Amino acid sequence: MAKKVALLQGNEACAYGALYAGCSFFGGYPITPSTEVAEVMSVELPKVGGTFIQMEDEIGAMASILGAALTGAKAFTATSGPGMSLKQELIGYACIAEIPCVIVNVMRGGPSTGMPTGPSQSDVMQARWGTHGDHPAIAIAPSSCQEIFSETVRAFNLAETYRMPVQILLDEINGHMRERIELPEPGDLEVVNRQQPTVAPEDYKPYDHAQGDIPPLASFGSEYRYHVTGLNKAADGFPTSKPELVDAEERRQLRKIEANRSLIEKNEEYRLEDAEVILVAYGTISRSARSAVDHLRKDGIKAGLFRPITLWPFPEKRMTDLAEQARAIVVPEMNLGQLILEIERVTRRVCPVAGIGRVDGEPITPAQIVAKVKEIL
Amino acid sequence: MSKRYELRFSGAGGQGLVTAGIIMAEAAAIIEGRYAAQSQSYGPEARGGASKSEVIISDEPIDYPKATAVDACLALTQQAADKYAGGIKPGGVLLIDSDFVKREPEGDFRVVKFPIIRTARDEVGREIVANVVALGAMVALTGIISREAGEQAVVARVPEAFIELNKKAYNTGFEKVKALLA
Repeated sequence: MAKKVALLQGNEACAYGALYAGCSFFGGYPITPSTEVAEVMSVELPKVGGTFIQMEDEIGAMASILGAALTGAKAFTATSGPGMSLKQELIGYACIAEIPCVIVNVMRGGPSTGMPTGPSQSDVMQARWGTHGDHPAIAIAPSSCQEIFSETVRAFNLAETYRMPVQILLDEINGHMRERIELPEPGDLEVVNRQQPTVAPEDYKPYDHAQGDIPPLASFGSEYRYHVTGLNKAADGFPTSKPELVDAEERRQLRKIEANRSLIEKNEEYRLEDAEVILVAYGTISRSARSAVDHLRKDGIKAGLFRPITLWPFPEKRMTDLAEQARAIVVPEMNLGQLILEIERVTRRVCPVAGIGRVDGEPITPAQIVAKVKEIL
Repeated sequence: MSKRYELRFSGAGGQGLVTAGIIMAEAAAIIEGRYAAQSQSYGPEARGGASKSEVIISDEPIDYPKATAVDACLALTQQAADKYAGGIKPGGVLLIDSDFVKREPEGDFRVVKFPIIRTARDEVGREIVANVVALGAMVALTGIISREAGEQAVVARVPEAFIELNKKAYNTGFEKVKALLA
C-alpha cells in the first residue's frame, strides 16, 4: 500500500512525531517560531485522550511536564529563545531527579527577545550547559521535515530509556519550512516505553544503583511511593550530603551517557571517502553545506560533509578519525562560533578549523560556504 | 526544464502569499509527486510589512531550501517589488500588480503585469482571493506545474463553501496571463 504523504511544516512534523511516540501530555506557552507545535498538540492530544495545557509562562510549562512525566506520561513542551532560558532551572531539576521529558527549542535570534521571526543556531552551547551543575545532556538537531518526525520519536525513546530530558533543536527555517513527508505507519519506527519496577512497592528505591545505572521509574500516584527532590539524594530519593553518596550519584548520572554513546550518537556522512575539506554542519545549514559540497566537487575540490544529528553527545570518535585525513575543516553555523569549539577540542586541531558565522537573520548560503573554502585553500 | 525551479511570492503580510506558496508546493509535491520545499520570511507584524513565501520545485531531493536565483517572482506591492525583484535570475520573469507597483523594477528579466487585486474584486467578486488569482497567473506564466494540479490543490486547501469562488479566482488569473502571453 502506498504510504500516506503530506506537506508538513517542520514544527507540525515534530508534533506528529511526538504523537506517534505516544506523547500524552503537552504543557506549553506559545512563542514564535515554535507555536505551531503547540497548535497541533492542542488539536490532536484531546482526540487520543491526552492533555494539552497552556500554562502561565514557560517555567510553569516546564514544571507541568515534569509532574505529568512522574505520573507515567510521555511529556513534551516546545519553546524558543527567552522561553528556553526560563526553563533552565527545571531542566536541571529533571536531570537530577531523572525525569524523562522532551523539549523542542525552535531557535531564534538572541540573546533576550532578539529576533523572534529570524532563524538562528545560537543555543547549541545552552543545550549542553544551560542549566547549572554537572549534568548529562542529549540534544538532537534534525535537518529535513521527514527527519524531524523520526528524530522526535527517537528523542522520546532516549528520554524514556535514559530517564532524562532530551532537547530537539530546530530553527526558524526548518521549523516553518514545508516539505513532503511520508507518514510512518504504527510499527514502522521503534517506540520505547518506560521500564517499570519489578520489586515490591515497599522495597522500591527510585535511584537504586543496584538496579544498574538507570533504575526503573515508578509512576507517581501508583502503589509505589517515593520522594523527589532537587537536592543531591541517596538511592531512596531522600536528600543526603554524604560525600561518597553524592559523588556516586553524580558520576552515575553522567555515566548514563558516557557508557552508551554508541547507542545515542548519530551522524550522516556525504562524499567523505576521499574528502580533503570536511564541512561540519547541522540542522538547516547542513543543507547549504551539502549543496556546497556538490559545487566544490564540480570545481575539482574534494569536499565532503559530516553532519552530526546528535550535537550532544557529539559524535567525537568519528569526527576525530575523519580529521586525520583532512586538510581543513570548515564549520558554518548560524551563530558566532559554538559547535566549532567542540570540534576544535575533539580534533585537537590536527588540521586547521575555520568557522563561518552568521547572525543577521539570514541563512548561510551554499555560495558563502564555497567562497570560504576556496579562500582557505 | 532545469532540475531546480525557484518561485517567490511577495507582497504585504496578510495578503495570503504564504497560502499561495503552500498550494503551489502541495500541487508539486503531493499531486504531481515531485520534490518541493516551501519557506517564508516575514516580520513580527501580523499585517503589513514586506512578506515573502518561496517555493523550490525539483525532480531531485532539495538541499538548500531557500531561493538563490529566482526563476519567477510575484510582487503585489511596491515595497515587495523593490525589496525582492533583485533576486530574479537573468532571463527570469516578474509578475506585478499594475495598480500597486508603479515603478517597475529594472533588470534582465521579463515583466508581466495586470491589476491582480482589482481583478479579484471586480471580476471574481472578492478581493480576499487575490492570492489565488495570483497563483493561477503564476502557474500560467511558469508552466512549472500543470493547470489541473494547481486547481486540484486549491480545491483541497479551501473550505467547501469557498471552492467555487477559489476555482473561479484561480482560472481567472490563469486566463489573464494566458491572454497576455498570446
